[in-house]
Amino acid sequence: MADETKAPTATAEAPAASEGHSQRPPSRGPRPGGGGSGGPREGGRKYFRRKKVCKFCVEKIENINYKDVRLLAQFVAESGKIVPRRLTGVCTPHQRRLSSAIKIARNIALLPFAGRAN
Amino acid sequence: MNRTYELMFIVRPDMPEEDLDKLISTLDTAVSSSGGTMKNVEKMGKRRLAYTVRRFHDGVYVLLTVEGSGGLVHELERRLRVTEPVIKFISVRIDEEQKRLDKIKAIRDARKKVSTAPAAAPPAEGGETTPATA
Repeated sequence: MADETKAPTATAEAPAASEGHSQRPPSRGPRPGGGGSGGPREGGRKYFRRKKVCKFCVEKIENINYKDVRLLAQFVAESGKIVPRRLTGVCTPHQRRLSSAIKIARNIALLPFAGRAN
Repeated sequence: MNRTYELMFIVRPDMPEEDLDKLISTLDTAVSSSGGTMKNVEKMGKRRLAYTVRRFHDGVYVLLTVEGSGGLVHELERRLRVTEPVIKFISVRIDEEQKRLDKIKAIRDARKKVSTAPAAAPPAEGGETTPATA
Protein backbone atom coordinates (compact mmCIF):
# COMPACT_ATOMS: atom_id res chain seq x y z
CA MET A 1 0.00 0.00 0.00
CA ALA A 2 2.60 2.45 1.10
CA ASP A 3 4.60 1.84 -2.04
CA GLU A 4 1.58 2.39 -4.25
CA THR A 5 0.73 5.66 -2.58
CA LYS A 6 4.30 6.85 -2.68
CA ALA A 7 4.83 6.20 -6.35
CA PRO A 8 2.01 8.44 -7.64
CA THR A 9 3.00 11.30 -5.41
CA ALA A 10 6.58 11.05 -6.60
CA THR A 11 5.48 11.12 -10.21
CA ALA A 12 3.12 13.96 -9.44
CA GLU A 13 5.90 15.88 -7.79
CA ALA A 14 8.37 15.36 -10.56
CA PRO A 15 6.58 17.46 -13.17
CA ALA A 16 5.91 20.11 -10.58
CA ALA A 17 9.59 20.20 -9.74
CA SER A 18 10.59 20.47 -13.36
CA GLU A 19 8.10 23.29 -13.78
CA GLY A 20 9.55 24.93 -10.73
CA HIS A 21 13.00 24.63 -12.23
CA SER A 22 12.04 26.52 -15.30
CA GLN A 23 10.62 29.25 -13.11
CA ARG A 24 13.49 29.27 -10.64
CA PRO A 25 15.81 31.93 -12.03
CA PRO A 26 13.33 34.80 -11.68
CA SER A 27 11.91 33.45 -8.39
CA ARG A 28 15.34 33.32 -6.68
CA GLY A 29 15.23 36.94 -5.70
CA PRO A 30 12.52 37.00 -3.01
CA ARG A 31 14.03 34.04 -1.13
CA PRO A 32 15.16 34.86 2.39
CA GLY A 33 18.92 35.13 2.66
CA GLY A 34 19.40 34.74 -1.08
CA GLY A 35 18.80 37.36 -3.70
CA GLY A 36 20.86 40.49 -3.92
CA SER A 37 23.74 39.50 -1.70
CA GLY A 38 24.23 36.15 -3.52
CA GLY A 39 25.48 37.71 -6.72
CA PRO A 40 28.52 39.65 -5.52
CA ARG A 41 29.64 36.78 -3.30
CA GLU A 42 30.27 34.58 -6.29
CA GLY A 43 33.17 36.66 -7.53
CA GLY A 44 35.23 36.13 -4.38
CA ARG A 45 37.70 33.43 -5.36
CA LYS A 46 39.38 33.86 -8.70
CA TYR A 47 41.90 31.03 -8.48
CA PHE A 48 40.90 27.51 -7.71
CA ARG A 49 43.83 25.55 -6.41
CA ARG A 50 43.53 21.78 -6.53
CA LYS A 51 44.06 20.29 -3.12
CA LYS A 52 47.41 18.56 -2.89
CA VAL A 53 47.34 14.99 -1.75
CA CYS A 54 50.06 12.81 -0.34
CA LYS A 55 51.48 10.64 -3.11
CA PHE A 56 52.32 7.89 -0.67
CA CYS A 57 48.84 7.78 0.82
CA VAL A 58 47.12 7.81 -2.55
CA GLU A 59 49.28 5.17 -4.20
CA LYS A 60 49.59 3.25 -0.92
CA ILE A 61 53.36 3.24 -1.04
CA GLU A 62 54.48 2.28 2.44
CA ASN A 63 57.97 1.17 1.62
CA ILE A 64 60.02 4.34 1.31
CA ASN A 65 63.44 2.88 0.69
CA TYR A 66 66.73 4.68 0.31
CA LYS A 67 67.59 2.51 -2.72
CA ASP A 68 64.60 3.67 -4.72
CA VAL A 69 66.33 6.64 -6.29
CA ARG A 70 63.62 7.29 -8.84
CA LEU A 71 61.00 7.73 -6.16
CA LEU A 72 63.19 9.86 -3.93
CA ALA A 73 64.38 12.07 -6.76
CA GLN A 74 60.83 13.33 -7.22
CA PHE A 75 61.06 14.97 -3.81
CA VAL A 76 64.49 16.48 -4.22
CA ALA A 77 64.84 19.89 -5.79
CA GLU A 78 67.40 20.53 -8.46
CA SER A 79 69.65 22.13 -5.92
CA GLY A 80 69.64 18.84 -4.01
CA LYS A 81 67.34 20.10 -1.28
CA ILE A 82 64.46 18.09 0.08
CA VAL A 83 61.26 19.71 -1.17
CA PRO A 84 59.09 20.90 1.74
CA ARG A 85 55.75 19.37 2.52
CA ARG A 86 53.87 22.53 1.74
CA LEU A 87 54.98 22.29 -1.88
CA THR A 88 54.58 18.56 -2.45
CA GLY A 89 51.57 17.86 -0.24
CA VAL A 90 53.15 14.81 1.37
CA CYS A 91 51.66 14.07 4.77
CA THR A 92 53.77 14.40 7.90
CA PRO A 93 54.43 10.71 8.67
CA HIS A 94 55.45 10.04 5.10
CA GLN A 95 57.59 13.15 4.85
CA ARG A 96 59.45 12.01 7.95
CA ARG A 97 60.27 8.65 6.39
CA LEU A 98 60.99 10.26 3.06
CA SER A 99 63.48 12.71 4.46
CA SER A 100 65.35 10.04 6.37
CA ALA A 101 65.47 7.86 3.27
CA ILE A 102 66.84 10.76 1.24
CA LYS A 103 69.50 11.38 3.85
CA ILE A 104 70.63 7.75 3.76
CA ALA A 105 70.69 7.84 -0.02
CA ARG A 106 72.89 10.93 0.11
CA ASN A 107 75.36 9.14 2.33
CA ILE A 108 75.88 6.37 -0.17
CA ALA A 109 76.14 8.74 -3.14
CA LEU A 110 72.82 7.82 -4.68
CA LEU A 111 71.58 11.37 -4.30
CA PRO A 112 73.58 14.58 -4.20
CA PHE A 113 74.06 16.67 -1.07
CA ALA A 114 74.08 19.77 -3.20
CA GLY A 115 73.76 20.46 -6.85
CA ARG A 116 72.79 18.33 -9.74
CA ALA A 117 73.67 14.64 -9.83
CA ASN A 118 76.37 14.29 -12.45
CA MET B 1 69.89 -11.20 19.22
CA ASN B 2 69.45 -11.62 15.52
CA ARG B 3 68.86 -8.59 13.46
CA THR B 4 68.77 -7.98 9.77
CA TYR B 5 71.04 -5.44 8.22
CA GLU B 6 71.74 -4.22 4.78
CA LEU B 7 75.30 -3.37 3.94
CA MET B 8 75.73 -1.35 0.83
CA PHE B 9 79.19 -0.52 -0.35
CA ILE B 10 80.81 0.98 -3.39
CA VAL B 11 84.04 -0.30 -4.84
CA ARG B 12 86.17 1.57 -7.31
CA PRO B 13 85.10 1.00 -10.90
CA ASP B 14 88.48 -0.25 -12.07
CA MET B 15 88.42 -3.19 -9.68
CA PRO B 16 88.50 -6.55 -11.48
CA GLU B 17 85.43 -8.75 -11.16
CA GLU B 18 87.39 -11.63 -9.59
CA ASP B 19 88.74 -9.39 -6.85
CA LEU B 20 85.25 -8.28 -6.03
CA ASP B 21 84.06 -11.88 -5.82
CA LYS B 22 87.01 -12.66 -3.57
CA LEU B 23 86.15 -9.72 -1.32
CA ILE B 24 82.54 -10.85 -1.06
CA SER B 25 83.56 -14.41 -0.21
CA THR B 26 85.90 -13.20 2.54
CA LEU B 27 83.05 -11.15 3.97
CA ASP B 28 80.85 -14.21 3.72
CA THR B 29 83.27 -16.31 5.75
CA ALA B 30 83.55 -13.50 8.30
CA VAL B 31 79.77 -13.48 8.64
CA SER B 32 79.43 -17.23 9.07
CA SER B 33 82.36 -17.45 11.50
CA SER B 34 80.67 -15.04 13.90
CA GLY B 35 77.34 -16.82 13.85
CA GLY B 36 75.47 -14.79 11.27
CA THR B 37 74.04 -15.64 7.89
CA MET B 38 74.51 -13.93 4.58
CA LYS B 39 71.01 -13.89 3.18
CA ASN B 40 71.52 -12.21 -0.12
CA VAL B 41 74.25 -10.72 -2.26
CA GLU B 42 73.28 -8.35 -4.99
CA LYS B 43 75.71 -6.71 -7.33
CA MET B 44 73.89 -3.65 -8.50
CA GLY B 45 76.47 -2.93 -11.13
CA LYS B 46 78.25 0.20 -12.15
CA ARG B 47 76.48 3.44 -11.40
CA ARG B 48 77.27 7.06 -11.64
CA LEU B 49 77.88 8.61 -8.24
CA ALA B 50 75.87 11.65 -7.23
CA TYR B 51 79.09 13.37 -6.17
CA THR B 52 82.76 12.58 -6.45
CA VAL B 53 84.14 10.18 -3.89
CA ARG B 54 87.93 9.91 -3.73
CA ARG B 55 88.08 11.42 -7.18
CA PHE B 56 85.83 8.74 -8.66
CA HIS B 57 82.78 9.67 -10.62
CA ASP B 58 81.31 6.20 -10.75
CA GLY B 59 81.49 3.05 -8.76
CA VAL B 60 80.27 -0.51 -8.51
CA TYR B 61 77.48 -0.89 -5.97
CA VAL B 62 77.14 -4.08 -3.95
CA LEU B 63 74.32 -4.80 -1.56
CA LEU B 64 74.59 -7.46 1.14
CA THR B 65 71.72 -8.56 3.34
CA VAL B 66 73.08 -9.97 6.56
CA GLU B 67 71.44 -11.46 9.59
CA GLY B 68 73.37 -11.31 12.81
CA SER B 69 74.29 -9.25 15.82
CA GLY B 70 75.48 -5.69 16.00
CA GLY B 71 79.00 -6.87 16.74
CA LEU B 72 79.06 -8.70 13.45
CA VAL B 73 78.13 -5.54 11.58
CA HIS B 74 80.81 -3.68 13.48
CA GLU B 75 83.36 -6.25 12.33
CA LEU B 76 82.15 -6.05 8.72
CA GLU B 77 82.38 -2.28 8.79
CA ARG B 78 85.91 -2.50 10.11
CA ARG B 79 86.82 -4.84 7.29
CA LEU B 80 85.26 -2.59 4.68
CA ARG B 81 87.11 0.39 6.11
CA VAL B 82 90.49 -1.26 5.76
CA THR B 83 89.76 -2.69 2.32
CA GLU B 84 91.38 -0.29 -0.03
CA PRO B 85 89.13 -0.59 -3.14
CA VAL B 86 85.98 0.08 -1.11
CA ILE B 87 85.35 3.79 -1.44
CA LYS B 88 82.11 4.11 0.51
CA PHE B 89 79.84 1.94 2.60
CA ILE B 90 76.74 2.18 4.72
CA SER B 91 74.91 -0.25 6.97
CA VAL B 92 71.21 0.04 7.61
CA ARG B 93 69.13 -1.99 9.98
CA ILE B 94 66.04 -3.18 8.16
CA ASP B 95 64.23 -5.71 10.36
CA GLU B 96 62.15 -3.18 12.27
CA GLU B 97 61.05 -1.45 9.10
CA GLN B 98 60.25 -4.84 7.58
CA LYS B 99 58.18 -5.69 10.63
CA ARG B 100 56.24 -2.49 10.23
CA LEU B 101 55.62 -3.19 6.55
CA ASP B 102 54.46 -6.73 7.28
CA LYS B 103 52.05 -5.39 9.85
CA ILE B 104 50.57 -2.91 7.41
CA LYS B 105 50.30 -5.61 4.79
CA ALA B 106 48.53 -7.93 7.22
CA ILE B 107 46.04 -5.19 8.09
CA ARG B 108 45.38 -4.50 4.43
CA ASP B 109 44.89 -8.20 3.66
CA ALA B 110 42.51 -8.54 6.60
CA ARG B 111 40.49 -5.61 5.29
CA LYS B 112 40.31 -7.18 1.86
CA LYS B 113 39.06 -10.42 3.38
CA VAL B 114 36.37 -8.58 5.35
CA SER B 115 35.09 -7.01 2.15
CA THR B 116 34.98 -10.38 0.39
CA ALA B 117 33.83 -12.35 3.45
CA PRO B 118 30.03 -11.63 3.38
CA ALA B 119 29.78 -13.58 0.12
CA ALA B 120 31.84 -16.49 1.41
CA ALA B 121 30.73 -16.63 5.05
CA PRO B 122 27.05 -17.81 4.88
CA PRO B 123 27.75 -21.13 3.09
CA ALA B 124 30.57 -21.87 5.50
CA GLU B 125 28.30 -21.36 8.52
CA GLY B 126 25.60 -23.56 6.99
CA GLY B 127 28.15 -26.31 6.47
CA GLU B 128 29.19 -26.13 10.11
CA THR B 129 25.69 -26.21 11.58
CA THR B 130 24.32 -29.16 9.60
CA PRO B 131 26.83 -31.70 10.94
CA ALA B 132 26.16 -30.45 14.47
CA THR B 133 22.41 -31.08 14.21
CA ALA B 134 22.89 -34.44 12.49
